[in-house]
Amino acid sequence: MHKLLEDAPGKEMLLLGNEAIARGALEAGVAFATCYPGTPSSEIPEQFFEISQETDLYFEYSTNEKVAMEVGAGAAVSGLKTMVTMKHVGLNVAADPLMTLAYTGVKGAMVVINADDPSLFSSQNEQDNRFYARLSGLAMFEPTNTQEMKDWTVAAFELSEETGLPVIVRTTTRLAHIRGGVKLGSLKPRVTKTQFKKNPFHYVCVPAVSRNLHKELLQKYDVLSEKSEKSPLNQVIGNGKWGIVANGVSFNYVMDAVMDLGIKDKVSILKLGFSWPLPKKLIANWLKSVDKALVVEELEPINENEFRAIAQENGISTPIKGKGVGGLSRLWEYDPRLVRGAVAAMFGLEHKAPAVVDVSDLPPLPGRPPTLCAGCPHRATFYAVKEVYGADSVNPTDIGCYTLGLLPPLSMGDFVICMGSSVSTSCGFSTATDQKVVAFIGDSTFFHSGITGLINAVHNNHKFTLVILDNGTTAMTGHQIHPGVDTTPMGLNLPQVIVEDVVRGCGVKDLHVVKPFNIKKTMESLKASLEYDGMSVVVSKEFCPLFAKGIGKARKAKPFTINQQKCKNHRDCISKLACPAMYLEGNAVRINKTLCIGCSVCAQVCPENAIVPVKD
Amino acid sequence: METKRCVFVGVGGQGNLLASNLLGQAALSMGIPVVVSEIHGMAQRGGVVESAVLLGGANSPIVSNGEADVLISFEPLETLRILNKCNKKTLVITNAQPLPPFTVAVGQGKYPPVDEILDKVTKKVGKVVSLNGNDLAEKAGNVLSLNMVMLGALIGTGATPVTEEVMKKIIAGSTKKAFLDSNLKAFDLGKDAAQKVMKG
Repeated sequence: MHKLLEDAPGKEMLLLGNEAIARGALEAGVAFATCYPGTPSSEIPEQFFEISQETDLYFEYSTNEKVAMEVGAGAAVSGLKTMVTMKHVGLNVAADPLMTLAYTGVKGAMVVINADDPSLFSSQNEQDNRFYARLSGLAMFEPTNTQEMKDWTVAAFELSEETGLPVIVRTTTRLAHIRGGVKLGSLKPRVTKTQFKKNPFHYVCVPAVSRNLHKELLQKYDVLSEKSEKSPLNQVIGNGKWGIVANGVSFNYVMDAVMDLGIKDKVSILKLGFSWPLPKKLIANWLKSVDKALVVEELEPINENEFRAIAQENGISTPIKGKGVGGLSRLWEYDPRLVRGAVAAMFGLEHKAPAVVDVSDLPPLPGRPPTLCAGCPHRATFYAVKEVYGADSVNPTDIGCYTLGLLPPLSMGDFVICMGSSVSTSCGFSTATDQKVVAFIGDSTFFHSGITGLINAVHNNHKFTLVILDNGTTAMTGHQIHPGVDTTPMGLNLPQVIVEDVVRGCGVKDLHVVKPFNIKKTMESLKASLEYDGMSVVVSKEFCPLFAKGIGKARKAKPFTINQQKCKNHRDCISKLACPAMYLEGNAVRINKTLCIGCSVCAQVCPENAIVPVKD
Repeated sequence: METKRCVFVGVGGQGNLLASNLLGQAALSMGIPVVVSEIHGMAQRGGVVESAVLLGGANSPIVSNGEADVLISFEPLETLRILNKCNKKTLVITNAQPLPPFTVAVGQGKYPPVDEILDKVTKKVGKVVSLNGNDLAEKAGNVLSLNMVMLGALIGTGATPVTEEVMKKIIAGSTKKAFLDSNLKAFDLGKDAAQKVMKG
């Protein structure tokens, strides 16, 4: 049995933040869950995926976040308790349905998990999705620890059920990936089937309907505001004259700072857990009760500005400060020392912190950036493309492991902004310039949002090459399935949508399917695509080696070694491929036998044929 | 309860996330307030993997620069890279056996001699416990048990309130039978090595 299905109220488990959210959903009786994976949200759907194998919980990896939101909307409007999870930039993709789903509302319940990524641990931007609560008019909860991630998920379902509106729960990377004790509650039974009740003048959002719905949303907003005023999620701690406002993970830094500085009796901390709509009366009264207030919030000064507006409305002159105090910035996640320093600076205290060791005399350290794995088929494809198209070609790339291709020596990556952008931006690059354009996109990303761009390219007569790196899985986020995956090894029997069938269906006339570990043939296909006067697609098909190992389909090839007699030290293997299985011993290149999977690409690149399979 | 801030660092594949997770579970089962934080995402792609375990009632899940009580490093170069987490009192437990990054292989940098690394670290922090972790793991019968060696070393130093008995129970509860003996042996070898250094 999955550990999150244990019906043991009161038991304390060490759970990952994302596991705690999944447990909360189960305790609330979630029956229907959808997502597109994305760090730092991915471990939530991983739980649902596993649990759906052994229960009647419905779960799917949808093709993208918009689809996930809409699939979820259908279930929630019909009456099921639904959860949709995504990372912050995923909510951009899903924003279109969400904005108007706020108008129609839901019948069962819907909780949207949104995971922000301050410090950009694994994202293309650092946007603050608290704005989405404001944009949509929906309630937002911001838990501060694993227990609250579980408990407040339950509370979010309750609020959604009560108000008929989706509720957004916002986490950040730091919360998603902490482990802490969680006291379990009891599991509610799931209701997995329902009956959709027609109500077209409420659900079909033509202008005449939506005018009414917008009014209703504003009325519901007033209800939410009242709930926020009374919610235990918003809490005043202490009755001192020094005010501190905190939300999310920063609340912990504030609590520790107060203890470390020994000012517990002097402060009043306003914890904002039900952070939208803001409890304006509570805030006004609190502002009156303190001499000055420090707002501690990662990313944008949203609460800071809201508090100023509330103070102005209520004629309160309490000084309110936030960004700029003691280094509090709009950039990056916060940490205990930074927040302690800011609290000390705000209230004129001495900040006694241990000195950081002096690291000025350390030698320059060789970097250890993440890199494509040994035997990664992307490396082979990038090498072949570079040989055929040259380093001067423009290489729009996309979001996945292969984004790492931007690093030298492969240096295959010139532009990326969001999922699917490789294809559509290539339309612009190839028209605006006379440069050769060859773009890269992964299989999962292609299904996510590459297809519409490809149809656009065909229809508008754009001329470039799209290389689809089909490694049979969603590798970057942890090997989730997508429509192109053969799910039989996982014991599932989901229909597989073949990438090249889709490409043909989009109207592409010049299509090549290559096995990237065969460098010569891959280069021949790439040359043909280069010469083709129109839209050309090369599908490079080879399993992600980590994924292949996981499903028992690892290559059965022998690892390679270097015949030191034959090696003339050209070092093409290292300087053109940079496979992490290769290393220098003295002046000689060697191959780490345990890392090498026998892809043979280096052997094909070696001008002396000095790289050979290990003999038994 | 006194707060103990432990930072774990290693390279993707070395298993330091599992080590910090197990330490967290052991603490929880002893009723010690604990919060663990991890950085995921790049763990399988050869990058640096960092985690933190805060024992004894801190709310914050991370350790700021200069504020680690204990640093447990699975790789000597990474000990140097993360040294700014330490202060002059920090206990550093480090594996002394390098896993050179591929940047060294392609000539983008030079791996500093391990003696120099240890020398630098020793001069800057409270105490250094260095051990040949990979050798000990191999001696235990499983080259992948480096994380158990390091966990054993941590418990051996007595730097945390987590006991050997509870730690072993948690390890036993989360290890496949085939690896149990070698994991526990690796733990003991790490513990003994650390205790020897602490006494010496």
